[in-house]
Amino acid sequence: MTESVRHEAGPAVEAAESADVSDREKQELYTASQRQLIWRRFRRHRLAQVSIVMLALLYVLAAFAEFIAPYETSHDFKGFVYAPPAKIHLFDEDGFVGPFVYGLKGGRDESYQRIFEEVKEEQYPVRLFVRGDSYEFWGLFETDLHLFGVGEEGQIFLFGTDRLGRDLFSRVIYGTRISLTIGLVGVFLSFVLGLIIGGISGYFGGVVDEVIQRLIDLLVSIPQLPLWMALAAAVPREWDSIQTYFAITVVLSIVGWAGLARTVRGRLLSLREEDFTVAARVSGVSEWRIITKHLLPLFASYIVVAITLSVPGMIIGETSLSFIGLGIQPPAVSWGTLLQDSQMIANVALHPWLLIPALFVIVTVLMFNFMGDGLRDAADPYSIN
Amino acid sequence: MLTQYIGRRLLLLGPLLFVISVISFVLIQLPPGDILNMEVLRLRSAGTQVSEEQVEALRQLYGLDKSLPEQYWLWITNILFEGNFGTSFTYVKPVSEILAARVPLTAAVSIFTAVFVWIMAVPIGVYSATHQYSLVDYFWTFVSFIGVATPGFLLALVFLWMAFVMFDISAIGLFSQEYESAPWSWAKIINMLQHIWIPIVIIGMAHTAGMMRTMRGMMLDELNKQYVITARSKGLTETRLLVKYPVRTSMNPVFSTIGWMLPGIISGEVLVSMVLNIPTTGPVLLQALLNQDMFLAGSIVFILSVLTVIGTLISDILLVWLDPRIRYEGVA
Repeated sequence: MTESVRHEAGPAVEAAESADVSDREKQELYTASQRQLIWRRFRRHRLAQVSIVMLALLYVLAAFAEFIAPYETSHDFKGFVYAPPAKIHLFDEDGFVGPFVYGLKGGRDESYQRIFEEVKEEQYPVRLFVRGDSYEFWGLFETDLHLFGVGEEGQIFLFGTDRLGRDLFSRVIYGTRISLTIGLVGVFLSFVLGLIIGGISGYFGGVVDEVIQRLIDLLVSIPQLPLWMALAAAVPREWDSIQTYFAITVVLSIVGWAGLARTVRGRLLSLREEDFTVAARVSGVSEWRIITKHLLPLFASYIVVAITLSVPGMIIGETSLSFIGLGIQPPAVSWGTLLQDSQMIANVALHPWLLIPALFVIVTVLMFNFMGDGLRDAADPYSIN
Repeated sequence: MLTQYIGRRLLLLGPLLFVISVISFVLIQLPPGDILNMEVLRLRSAGTQVSEEQVEALRQLYGLDKSLPEQYWLWITNILFEGNFGTSFTYVKPVSEILAARVPLTAAVSIFTAVFVWIMAVPIGVYSATHQYSLVDYFWTFVSFIGVATPGFLLALVFLWMAFVMFDISAIGLFSQEYESAPWSWAKIINMLQHIWIPIVIIGMAHTAGMMRTMRGMMLDELNKQYVITARSKGLTETRLLVKYPVRTSMNPVFSTIGWMLPGIISGEVLVSMVLNIPTTGPVLLQALLNQDMFLAGSIVFILSVLTVIGTLISDILLVWLDPRIRYEGVA
């Protein structure tokens, strides 16, 4: 009860609280520029900040995938099929020795299930900056330096290996590149499409506007996934990875632009009718100044919010399509293609680490949602919540 | 007023269905080469001799020698007047025959899911709002964040995995084995109801999560209003006070979201059914697309879209009937 009374009085309590705060801080709040207010509001949203940091980290992983992943995506270790995630030890029988992994020995148990045992005699210390599979870094120069590893003799599989003995950790890191960028590129394309079509709609008005609006209504009111699937199925199989990547992005945005366009359009129309716009117009401010000074900053923040909140949909779209085999095609790696291996549920039961890519999908989507929430609150720093 | 609204919506429905049919037809034509190529290739690889004349005969049979608008006309008139969706090359059966058993199941799963979402989201939203910051509230907040972020097919995978590890069940499906190919009977329906809650919960999860949050937010806004305090000071019991006023007001935006919920549910149903091996349209759509059996695939896209649009229309009309204020806000 007291809880709800306190909440009911939300703004009043806040005002009373801010009265306690020193006058200097109050002055700062009143004289703060819009930018400062936005920043202030965003800082209050802890989850959003954490999310930005984590997303930034994921994008760093994606950018430096070759360097961070200890192995190449197609490097298959004979005799290490479905090896479990490596245990990193700090201590051996004699005490502390720093991080190391034991060698693995594969075999079959009585029921002929594949099992792996640690060989205590073989210790491979985990070192930083080791040489391994060579790769071309960003197409610039050839190198074989990796962030960490155990050298040529030992193996380190942080997330275990798949059915061909390929290191799942490395593949997830490489997959990050496609899964994370496809969301951004897809939303960017959707946005450009929306701008062009919205521009045409607004410029010509009348019948054209009406037809385009109805088309948008139609696109948001029919189920996306079957359309995505049918379009993705039309992408020729013989295309190479880069062509497929762009084809899938285009497929995602052709269907996805309408939702984004509708949100942005709705926002813009309502902003145009806001009191402060009308007030400015009445006071004789020029249209140009109204647009650049009053509308654009708010438009921009709303657009950023709308874009952030539509990235997860794209990421899930790519993952779903790749999961059912209509999206990114092997040997290219994305989180969706990695999850294909978990379609056989008996496989997952024996090798649960195959579901690790799913964790990455969920966390990424969660982070984008939190970030979008934080941005939405910050975009309107005068609202009380 | 209501009849006017319904009339306007029905008028719009015609062009809408036309555009959907055009989109579906384009999808059928989309794969490189024409739709006969796959079929001829398959016949030849199976060792069947197919001469050029036979290909030509097949071409005429499917009307492939005509121009695209003529083909479209042939295709749509066949559907409208004869219920003939064309022939599936892989099943060597009329498309309508394959889908007859599956479309009702898709519709059933989707409708049940929508109902499930409402039944779950409203009470949980109300409880979370009236017990804000309680343990239960935090629990559901957590569940809703995870629910929104987890695509249905991943949830289905995790569910399958747990079912396999804990109960040694490897396939969920919609029927027990003995009923799978049995004709419809009461026992089969009951058997289906025993299985159908799994896909419903999984598909409904994301939507329940979103709606729960909306309901909670709306309730919190309403609970702060003067009339609630007035009612409480007049001595109304807490339940009566909640159910009679704030809950009703809060439910409006929740109900009006069904328009965008339905496409999402159908999309989710397609994928989840594939993972859980449920005999709806989803698995057939994927197989058809992988085999480039385009008449089948296009028909499924067409039927699913039409179902969604009609479902949305019905729910919109019901809504307007329930709450006349929406008419002025222009849901259309």
